[in-house]
Order: sequence, then C-alpha cells, then structure tokens
Amino acid sequence: MSTTDDTPRPAAETAGPAAPGGRPVLRLESVRKTYGRGTVVLRDVDLEVPPHTVTALIGASGSGKSTLLRCANLLEEIDDGAIFLDGEEITDPRADVDAVRRRIGVVFQAYNLFPHMTVLDNITLAPRRVHGMPRAEAEERARELLERLGLGGRAGEYPDRLSGGQQQRVAIVRALAGRPRLLLLDEITAALDPELVGEVLEVVRELKTDGMTMVIATHEMGFAREVADQVCFLDGGVVLERGTSEQVFGAPRHDRTRQFLQRIIRAGRL
Amino acid sequence: MLKTRTAPEADGDGYVPSARRIERERFRRTRARRATAVAALSTLVTGAVLFLVITRSPGWPRTRETFFSPEYARMALPKVLDGLLLNLRLLVVCGAAVLVLGLLLAVARTLRGPVFFPLRALAAAYTDFFRGLPLIICLLMVVFGVPALRLQGVTTDPVLLGGTALVLTYSAYVAEVFRAGIESVHPSQRAAARSLGLSGGQALRFVVLPQAVRRVVPPLLNDLVSLQKDTGLVSIAGAVDAVYAAQIIAGKDFNFTPYVVAGLVFVALTIPMTRCTDWITARMDRRRAQGGLV
Repeated sequence: MSTTDDTPRPAAETAGPAAPGGRPVLRLESVRKTYGRGTVVLRDVDLEVPPHTVTALIGASGSGKSTLLRCANLLEEIDDGAIFLDGEEITDPRADVDAVRRRIGVVFQAYNLFPHMTVLDNITLAPRRVHGMPRAEAEERARELLERLGLGGRAGEYPDRLSGGQQQRVAIVRALAGRPRLLLLDEITAALDPELVGEVLEVVRELKTDGMTMVIATHEMGFAREVADQVCFLDGGVVLERGTSEQVFGAPRHDRTRQFLQRIIRAGRL
Repeated sequence: MLKTRTAPEADGDGYVPSARRIERERFRRTRARRATAVAALSTLVTGAVLFLVITRSPGWPRTRETFFSPEYARMALPKVLDGLLLNLRLLVVCGAAVLVLGLLLAVARTLRGPVFFPLRALAAAYTDFFRGLPLIICLLMVVFGVPALRLQGVTTDPVLLGGTALVLTYSAYVAEVFRAGIESVHPSQRAAARSLGLSGGQALRFVVLPQAVRRVVPPLLNDLVSLQKDTGLVSIAGAVDAVYAAQIIAGKDFNFTPYVVAGLVFVALTIPMTRCTDWITARMDRRRAQGGLV
C-alpha cells in the first residue's frame, strides 16, 4: 500500500524505537488529561513515535489507551502538556484543528462508518470535500484501495450489508484515503467475532510493511508482540513501561506489567 | 396474517417436509382462517349496531337534513373546492418556509461553544414561546395586531399575515423535530467525520443532517398534515378558504352540510399525503437495506 510520506523509507529503519529514525512523527510531552472533576485519565504521559514504526499501547480497560489516541487526534482537549506532529505543536490553541486531523487517520473500535452512504462515498467524502479532489480521481483511488484489501466488489454496498471485518477494513481504507502521515488504530478488533480478527490484523501487517507510522491500542497481545517496534504499557493513566517489544514482553521491568501479562497468559491470550 | 408456505417442493437437495412440519402448517392455516372470520364478523356487528343506533335515534331525520343534505352538499362543493385552492397555496408556501426556518432554528440550537450562546438562547426562546402560544392567539395577534400598527410598507393582506402566523408557530414545532433528529445521530459519527478532517460545518452537512433528516421524515410529515388542516384557520382573518366558503353557505340557512363537505375534502387531501409519506419512508429503508443502487 502506498503511503505518502515525504521521505522515502530506508529499508532498515523499522528496527525499533531506539533506532534514530529522524524526527518523531508524534511526540507527547507530559500530557495530562482529566474528565469531569478529578478523574485523571492521563498523567504526565511522554511518548515518541519515530517514522515508519509501530507503537502498541497495551494495558487494562480504562488505563487511558483510547483517551491517548483521542487526544492525539484532538478529539479531546488535553489539560496540560503538549503534543507534536512532525515537530509542530498541535495542542496550541492557534493550530488549525482540521488541518491537523487531515494528516492523521483514525480507525475506531466501532468502525463508525456513515450508514447513509455507500462504501465508496464513505471513502471519498474526505478526499472530495476536504482535499478538494475531483470525484473521478477520488473514486479511482478508493476503488484501487478497496481492490487491494479484497473489497473490490463492495464499493456500491451500504455498510450494514457488510460483515464486521469488512466494515473495519472499509474504515481502514477510509482513514488511508486522505493519505495520512500517521494512523491511529483504537482497538480495531475488539468488536469483531474471533474468526474475523485475522483479516483485519493482516491489513495492519501489510501497512507496516509499507512503512506506515502507526499507534495501535490493542488487547491482542500476540499481535502487539509481533508487529510493534515499541510497546507502551499504560496503567491508571501512567506510562509504566516503554520499550521494544522483546523487552516489554520478554523481560518486563515493572511488577504491574508482569502481573498484567500473566493475567493475559492465564487467559490464554498470549 | 401469517404467511404459510404450502408444502415446498424438494429444494433440489431431496428435502421432503416432515410430518411435523405439515401438521404445524395445517394448524397455522386453521388458526389464521379462524382469526379472519372473527374479525370480519365483529366488524359487521359493530357497523350494524352503530347504523341502527344512529338511524333509530329520535333526532336522526333532523340531523340528516342539517348535516347530510345532498342539495346543500351539491351547492357547497364547488365553492369549497374554490376555497381549497387557497389552502393548498398556503400549504405549499408555508410548508417550505416552515421547513427552512425550522431547520435553521434546530441547527442554531445544537451549535456548541460559548461563541454561539446568544444564537442558541435566541433559538431556544423562540421555540419555547411559539410552541406554547396557542395558534389561534398567534393568528389573531398577527392578523389584527400588525395592521393596527399602521406601519408603512407592511402588508395588511390577511392571507399573507395568516401565513406568517402559521409559519411562526409551525417552525417552532418543526425545529424541535429536527433537533431530536440531530441529537439522535450518535456522537461517534461526528467524531469520525471530524477525524477525517471535515470541519464542523461539513460534518453537520454531509454526515449528521442527512441521517437526522431521514430519521424524522415521519414526524415531519405528521406536522405537515397538521399544518394543512390549520391553514383553515386563516378564515378567521377573513380570507376565503375552504372553511370560510363553507361558513358563508352554512350561515345563510343554518344548514351545516357545507362544513361536513369541507371536512371530508380535507380528509381526502391528507390521505394521499400520508400514503405518499409511507411510500417515501419505505423506499428509503429499502434503498439503505439493499444497497447497491448507486
């Protein structure tokens, strides 16, 4: 899949977060986020996502993974700290929110396709209305992407005629259609039947091979271990542990991480 | 009624319906037949009782003469139909104005952010006021109050003023219907639209409103049918519509048949409208469910 990064991808760059991959695509600096009065969801969160790497956010439900992604896409306003996209502070109130979002693709847990539009219209909406692409060009590109994800015959269908896995793949195509710099995936397999999880994860693997920079909140530990360059364990809104996949899964430094992983192993999910 | 398939031929795979299935289907058929018979009989009995009670009542001959006189009906019908043209014109013009104004009000009420507070408050005050104000009072105030001001350049035409009053009241109702529709669209839809880079206005226009409007078509048409009836109220301003035409004739000899005629004409008008909306809604559902009709 072609992504439109300004820089061509050096082959050996996906080594890990430690590899100096140039300026991070996404950087969080002491981010704090509270809901209502006193519920701290994110506390002093630091994170760096180098280009062409995959970062997996793991942690129990309610640990702040989804909130972190929503903050990065400015769907939530942070209370303190700063978030940078390609070195530019996007949490500055003077930043153009819509322009920032154009550079970030998001895939949601519940797909959030627009039910009143066909698959094709779902995908071409943003390219046409936001990027001003002519309809013919937008549709051609959309069909190309659909074809590649094995959804070629589905362009004219409405979302509710598709299986969950197909809907989620359409949502991925929709997020890619704007040629984003960064892709945020928020538990994209959590709402799927187990037998449909594979087809969606396969798409993510392919995107990784193409060099897409991604941040993935996930409960699929096996997948996180396999695909992530950097793993970030969140607990109660704090990044307790951050490291390479081998390090966090193989030799977790923190007690809580160990406990969390053990619970998952006991549940047979790793 | 329950659709029962009669013993299906083998579906090509050598399937033969079991005795159990055949027995079940026979039972369902019998039950359906019995239900139909009961319904038909009870309808007949009710109709017969009503007919007897009304025609045997002591005042029936006088009532029939006053309310259902064929001569008066024949005389009134052309005039009532003439007047009806005015009602139809009012319906079309006011209906369009009501939809536009209602939608604007609803959008104003759902705007977020402190900048829009005055707009939100104004729209809320408007809907609160005109939804509470009885239509007839609104009509009287506008139709007789505005000309009393003797403002230069402001019309005193009862039809225009009556139409304005209708729009004022009905747009408040319709705004609430639209607002309910807008609020029924799940916030995740807006989030998805914004995450694609659409601006707030674009998200509203391309994602929220199309879904909202579809959901409220049935209650909207309900309001339009109601508006159609209430166009008859402009007769109090002296505009000769179907109701006023009937009133003129009825007033001469105290025969109320013209009212009945006017009433039936209104009913005859709403029925096709309701069927039409049913059809539109069904078609919309079908298109969405089937897909592939791009």
